[in-house]
Amino acid sequence: MTAQSDTAPAGNAVPDDNTRQLAAAGRGETFRHFALTFPALLLIVVLVFGPVGWLFWLSLIEDGQFSLAHYQRMWTAAYFEIFSQTFRISLLVTGLAILVGYPLAYLMSQLPRRIAGLMMICVLLPFWTSLLVRTYAWMVLLQRRGLINDALIGTGVIERPLALVNNLTGTVIGMLHIMLPFMILPLFASLRTIDLTYMRSASNLGASPIRAYWTVFFPLSLPGVFAGAILVFVLCLGVYVTPALLGGGKVVMVSMKIQQNAALYFDWGAASSLGVILLAITVVLFWLLSRLTRIETMFGGG
Amino acid sequence: MKRIVATAIAASAGLCAAPLHAEGSLTYVSWGGNYQQAERDAFLDPIEDELGITIREETYTGVHEVRAQVLSGAVTWDIVDLGGFECAQGQAEGLFEELDWNVVSTEGLDDNAWSDTWVSILYYSTVLAYNPEALEKAPTNFTDFWDVENFPGRRALYNEAPTMLEAALLADGVPKDELYPLDLDRAFAKLEEIKPHIDAWWDSGAQSIQLLADGEVDMLPIWNGRIEVLREEGFPVEIVWDQGTLSVSCVAIPKGAPNKDLAMKAINLMISPEIQANLPQYINYGPANALAFETGKIPEDKIATSPSAPDHLKVQAVISPSYWGERLTELDERWDAFMLK
Repeated sequence: MTAQSDTAPAGNAVPDDNTRQLAAAGRGETFRHFALTFPALLLIVVLVFGPVGWLFWLSLIEDGQFSLAHYQRMWTAAYFEIFSQTFRISLLVTGLAILVGYPLAYLMSQLPRRIAGLMMICVLLPFWTSLLVRTYAWMVLLQRRGLINDALIGTGVIERPLALVNNLTGTVIGMLHIMLPFMILPLFASLRTIDLTYMRSASNLGASPIRAYWTVFFPLSLPGVFAGAILVFVLCLGVYVTPALLGGGKVVMVSMKIQQNAALYFDWGAASSLGVILLAITVVLFWLLSRLTRIETMFGGG
Repeated sequence: MKRIVATAIAASAGLCAAPLHAEGSLTYVSWGGNYQQAERDAFLDPIEDELGITIREETYTGVHEVRAQVLSGAVTWDIVDLGGFECAQGQAEGLFEELDWNVVSTEGLDDNAWSDTWVSILYYSTVLAYNPEALEKAPTNFTDFWDVENFPGRRALYNEAPTMLEAALLADGVPKDELYPLDLDRAFAKLEEIKPHIDAWWDSGAQSIQLLADGEVDMLPIWNGRIEVLREEGFPVEIVWDQGTLSVSCVAIPKGAPNKDLAMKAINLMISPEIQANLPQYINYGPANALAFETGKIPEDKIATSPSAPDHLKVQAVISPSYWGERLTELDERWDAFMLK
């Protein structure tokens, strides 16, 4: 570099020109990249921001006039409980999905690709079945005269059938099953990229396998855990079919209330305001989370 | 030739006075499916013959579409078929024409089954059903359903305030004609009592029969139309009419309907005993007009299963659309609070 500046003492204008051209080319490239993303961007603006804006607008209209009535109505213990129940169930399912999904994803990440691939097919298989069918299948398995209770009674483990469905237990089991792939997929992708030389180095430095795992592997796997957890949590917030069918009326989630308002009473305003509040709480939670951790690292950026 | 003359006479007569058989047409809107087909066969065909008119049919999804038509001032429908609560809501919002009681006769209708702008055209029941093979002692009404000591068994209830508040009050001994206005605190207190013993709360008719068929519960309130489905599958099910509740479907004329006067005449025929008596042949709903059962047109086997047959009507309460129409949202929220407690 020094050699170059030495050999071109009089050419002050040349690097300047070069820089300008480079900068212009850079800008052009950025623009072209942006142009490539334009269709997707347009789609998002039209299909996401449009409806959300419309939703927001509807929630502020009562009997054709501007009004906050839909929001005031929600300021009651019942609505508070519905929201709190929704978030509690979502959190519970997310926690269970981590507990069940992590060991599986870990195992898959350590196995040879071929076997891992086979296991991945097993994880993805339920995706090819309709959500409704899977939910009904759980009903058949979990009910009083269902397979699980029959088997447990038949083998003498229990005497009276367990209440596994038409309550919170059934809802959580059903939701966990549906959410598990959404936890395992990002987790597996992230675990597979962790360089195992780190583990060997840890062993070299005298760490026991358990110590090496907790101090080296586990922290590196956290972004994957967070990515899966966020995906599962957000999906849980909007789940409708499973709690409606497996909850036996004892579980009320916001999505069910939205459906009731929209389909039963044709009260779009009330339904919209519920959607807006749910969205707002979720955004605030994400913001808090992003303050605590660096959210972009979870999705492989940064 | 005859027809041309008749037309000429009718045309000239039309200049000075309205002809006896008004050449005209009406548009009737309902919910489609075999429900609307039954209405066509039982009600609309005989009305067309009687009035010498044609009735066009359309389908829709509820009172919000009527609201949209009326508010935009472009009303194309003459008669709309709605759920009882929607009729009451629509009336409160001023969406319907007032009915002319010189044209429409409500003789034979229950007092809860009509109001200023709408009349009921049919009933369906929410009755207590049970599996006789699963229970030692069969319940005879909702009072027994609430008596968990003497009537052991697994129970479900409907997850909605309308009909369930009434069932609770009937179970608590309130006479059926003194239900309204509902004693809400008493009703919710009574429900609070049974809540720990309820194994499931159903939301859809399909779910209610599923619960019984799978043996998930042994007794529950159910819509009368669903019982046949269970029986056809050979499932043991019995129902008790005592303390059941009757809900209505009703008709109204949207404000600004193009053929308001003709619609009024058609509605009068629709609720007349003779035409009402056709209904049980086509669908398992009950005629709204009690006099239909005196026409002799309804076969015995249909009377035995009809939700509004005289023997069944006298032991059931008619749900008041007027009461619920105004309070649905409010009571729905109180129901949620009760469920979440």
